[in-house]
Amino acid sequence: MLNGEFGEGTQKAMELLVAIGDALDAEKMIPISCAHAASSGQEGDMYFVELLADGDAYCKVPTTTNPVYDFEYFDKLFEIPKDEADVARRVKEAYMRVGATLSWSCTPYITENIPLYGENVAFSESSATPYVNSVLGARTNREAAQSALAAGVIGKTPKYGLHIKDNRKGTVLVKVEAMLKDEFDYTLLGFYVGKQIGYGIPVLTNISRRPNTEGLINFCAMSNTSGAIPMFYIPGFTVEASTAQEAFHGDLPLDKITVTDNELIQTHKELQTISGKIDFVMLGCPHYTLKQVEQVAKLLNGKKIRDEVALWVCTSATTKLLANRNGYVHIIEKAGGHLVADTCIDEPCWYTYKNKVGMTDSPKCAYYRRFKEAIVARLKDCVEAAISGKWG
Amino acid sequence: MEITLKCHKIIGGYGEGEALVSREPICFYLTDPKTGTVREKSHELIGKNLANKVLVFPSGKASSVVQIDGLFKLASNNVAPKAMIVKDVETVLIVSAFIAKVPLVDRLEKDPFTAIQTGDFVKVDAEKGLVTITKRGS
Repeated sequence: MLNGEFGEGTQKAMELLVAIGDALDAEKMIPISCAHAASSGQEGDMYFVELLADGDAYCKVPTTTNPVYDFEYFDKLFEIPKDEADVARRVKEAYMRVGATLSWSCTPYITENIPLYGENVAFSESSATPYVNSVLGARTNREAAQSALAAGVIGKTPKYGLHIKDNRKGTVLVKVEAMLKDEFDYTLLGFYVGKQIGYGIPVLTNISRRPNTEGLINFCAMSNTSGAIPMFYIPGFTVEASTAQEAFHGDLPLDKITVTDNELIQTHKELQTISGKIDFVMLGCPHYTLKQVEQVAKLLNGKKIRDEVALWVCTSATTKLLANRNGYVHIIEKAGGHLVADTCIDEPCWYTYKNKVGMTDSPKCAYYRRFKEAIVARLKDCVEAAISGKWG
Repeated sequence: MEITLKCHKIIGGYGEGEALVSREPICFYLTDPKTGTVREKSHELIGKNLANKVLVFPSGKASSVVQIDGLFKLASNNVAPKAMIVKDVETVLIVSAFIAKVPLVDRLEKDPFTAIQTGDFVKVDAEKGLVTITKRGS
């Protein structure tokens, strides 16, 4: 493959995998069952996917894609700079040529692309990697869009890191004394833990209430916004270890931290930068599940979003289809909001809010600074602020 | 005084320049793509410029999407670091350096944070696996 006998695209994909394997002392390549490429519609992404597609590479195993944005939807509402739109269009077209499954979703692991326990896979995207490793128990490294796409094209990945059982050992003991009341507390916990640990495999103990899917998605996404957490354990609730001792493979933790209510309150305070009038509410980073879309619809039912405030909810095409069937799209739109598929919050389609102040339930959304200011608060508070037009 | 230390090649090539040391992980997206100036709020390097430096830092951070695009944009505008020395390497950082064509090494035989200070002159020969440090003012 490295000599180009399968075409130049396959050759480039192999070159990247070999560079990674060499750097990380992989002994060999191993087969994978599926991949997720965190496509983004940005220049670095375009460079690599076009390099592969132009060289006739084609995915060997199912390889889903991350959101870019629903061009048709936004084109009707706002002016999108032509050069930016061209990049997004070219990226989408190149992923199609390279044979990817066009899910345009950042949470494919709950709907379109679900690996099994113990399978080797190559998943990029900040919430996808830890979710697949920890909640599903499949094995992936913290891939980039390009290395995941290359693995999807070759059907293999270098055997290193989290593909090896010994490396899946917990590193830091996180004693969670804080009361985790809802999904948003997992957002705060993830943001705090990522910031404290940086890079590592935390083992969260003391959690007595069963976490739900949305809470775990939030923990995954936020701990990889403030840090790089490819895997974590909540013994008793995540699949690979039923006790902390098992999660540490019988060894002692390298480090210990304790999280009390105080740390979560403090984290939230730091994220609530200002108060007052708001221009928009941005939800669905990561993409909302059907349950979260339903929550928004219930809060908006029979209400009206203030004229000068825009409310956006991002989700996958699959979830939007179901939301439509269940009447949630109708409710959200009737209240003056939008439910948009295939779209990421970190895209040029949001130009119009560049100098605006808004709210979100996602520190990840706030962190990338597409907006002048994004106050972080609970889903319910965000929706209520969209109705009242102000926060605090 | 000049010291030469062994290191481990991740992405090949040669780069030299003034060292810029960060004890905090780095997200390339939170720099100005036109100039290479760090603009991440509350980061120890805020206001400092990465362009043409030899960047010494513990690890990358943040979403893979933005990390790669961030370094790619810096490289497209010729304001990427000349080379990078890290402690904990992960896939996203390797891909970032591969796409942006910036030499990247790890496993320096001494702790890079003791061996190198901001302002030292550093040569990174990733191909030979060598880092040469000339202390500032010497």
